[in-house]
Amino acid sequence: MRQFDFSLAAIMIGTAMLATGVFVLPAWILSMVVTIIAKALVVISVVILMRAGLVSFGQGLYYCIGGYAVGLGGPWLNVTDMFALLGLAALAGLVSGAVLGVLMCRYREIFFAMFSLALAMILYGVLSQSQALGSTDGFNVSRPTVLGMMLATGQVRTVIYLTACLLGGGVAALIHVFFKSEMGYASQAASENEIRLQYLGASPNRVFYGNYVLASVAASLGGALLALNYGHVGPDMAYWTQSGEFIFIALVGGTGNVIAALIGAGVFEAVRTYALEWAPDAWQLILGTVLVLIVSFMPNGLWTLVRSLRPGTRRRTAIENTL
Amino acid sequence: MNQILQAENLNKRFGAVVAAADINISVSSGEIVAIIGANGAGKTTFVNMVTGYLKPSSGTVRFMGEDITGRTPRQVCRSGLSRSFQVAQLFPDLTVLENMMVAAAALRLSAASFFRPLDRQASRQAALELLDNFDIADFSEVPASILSQGARKLLDISMALISSPSMLLLDEPTSGVAVDEKFPLMETVMKGIRQAGATVMFIEHDMEIVSHYASRVIAFYEGGIIADGDVKSVLADERVRKYIVGQVQQSAIAEASND
Repeated sequence: MRQFDFSLAAIMIGTAMLATGVFVLPAWILSMVVTIIAKALVVISVVILMRAGLVSFGQGLYYCIGGYAVGLGGPWLNVTDMFALLGLAALAGLVSGAVLGVLMCRYREIFFAMFSLALAMILYGVLSQSQALGSTDGFNVSRPTVLGMMLATGQVRTVIYLTACLLGGGVAALIHVFFKSEMGYASQAASENEIRLQYLGASPNRVFYGNYVLASVAASLGGALLALNYGHVGPDMAYWTQSGEFIFIALVGGTGNVIAALIGAGVFEAVRTYALEWAPDAWQLILGTVLVLIVSFMPNGLWTLVRSLRPGTRRRTAIENTL
Repeated sequence: MNQILQAENLNKRFGAVVAAADINISVSSGEIVAIIGANGAGKTTFVNMVTGYLKPSSGTVRFMGEDITGRTPRQVCRSGLSRSFQVAQLFPDLTVLENMMVAAAALRLSAASFFRPLDRQASRQAALELLDNFDIADFSEVPASILSQGARKLLDISMALISSPSMLLLDEPTSGVAVDEKFPLMETVMKGIRQAGATVMFIEHDMEIVSHYASRVIAFYEGGIIADGDVKSVLADERVRKYIVGQVQQSAIAEASND
């Protein structure tokens, strides 16, 4: 008999609860939630790579590709529908990830990290120098149509919010299923003992490649969502500090479960918003202190708190004590 | 009996150092072959060449009639030749059962594997059965990192066997295991392998284990083979006694042979 999947149920219930927020939450919180979901998607992509033992210092690359795909879909390809733009961003992430993944899946550890950083910074440099794309200022994204209809700004915001909830929940559920899949476990196995995996008949490079492409798509969707939410894209999306922020959020939330990425992104964005409100000149100090405390007392991130409540943890410990 | 593995004129050089020189070995299906030799004699180099970790400088390796020379470990495994390691190679953070199920899934990884659950009834059942054959089913839910040395070895071998290979190469299955646990461990290993029906070649330093379990012994010395034959004749060979077995183990071998 298959065990009940608490994480999947939590994702579904959380998505439904978040979606109902559209009726009660003020507009600024709705916008913040979309930002949290957008960043959580990129953090999920970082976690996908971490599951395979790869740390990307340049996940902003795909975040930026997704954002620019939405921004350029209208002017360049005449695609104005919101869902088509999201599809376009996913496709851009898939294609660029599939091409660059051929190269990236050969690298490990610090070499992978530095290479990913270099690629993101190359994109940043190209976009910053491009006058046609607004140089360092970026450019505004036109208001999208929804299924062929041009809605009022407020209505578009509502649709973006609901789409963000469904997209965030859907991607989280899919990636959760992926983590429990043969390839998900093979990713973890590849990070722990690559040679053994080869001697079992699998190709670690192919495993890394699959993870890389999957992560690229998730990060691009995050960038696309943010572009729709802010109505603006800029080369800063690919800058190294942005990529560093995603790693930081991943560490704050923890890498043990896909929900941890959502929790991490939520806590990070909430702390930053309130710190900015409370102490505009010292918000980095507050944010930094909170993050240092979390990482110091919970090395596996906020997910440690959730995990300690799971019944299976105690059972396993009891068996371990008998050895 | 059918020839399952044939190594012809295998050579391996690392610069000026000759690690393997003109190795010719033919193993028949169903044999239990022990490889003996002092440290640095070329035993592991031979196994590494056969399983694709090292590319021979010259010579060919045939497995079930197919030339597998220079193939990658992944390709060699897929052709039906598996191995275990001197230091057990596991996935330490995964549970014992997850280790087994990953081992089973490794051969069938494809695009569908992205969403095919690892833990399915059929794969769980097959893994538990094999773990039971190796007497470690009770530890199925614990992380591999906390297993004892003997249990690690058994898990390592179980993982190599889950793909039902035609032949299994064991690199020092009893190394690192306490003296009084060696025979029980080897007994469990051989029981599990017999049930799987695989041909076995194992590297071993303990001559008691060799004389008790092997049907044939191949002795390595300085990269080459100095003796190949049944246990008694090889262990009685003058060069084997001089370079490998030594005086101390002679009486122990005699005792084990009489058991």
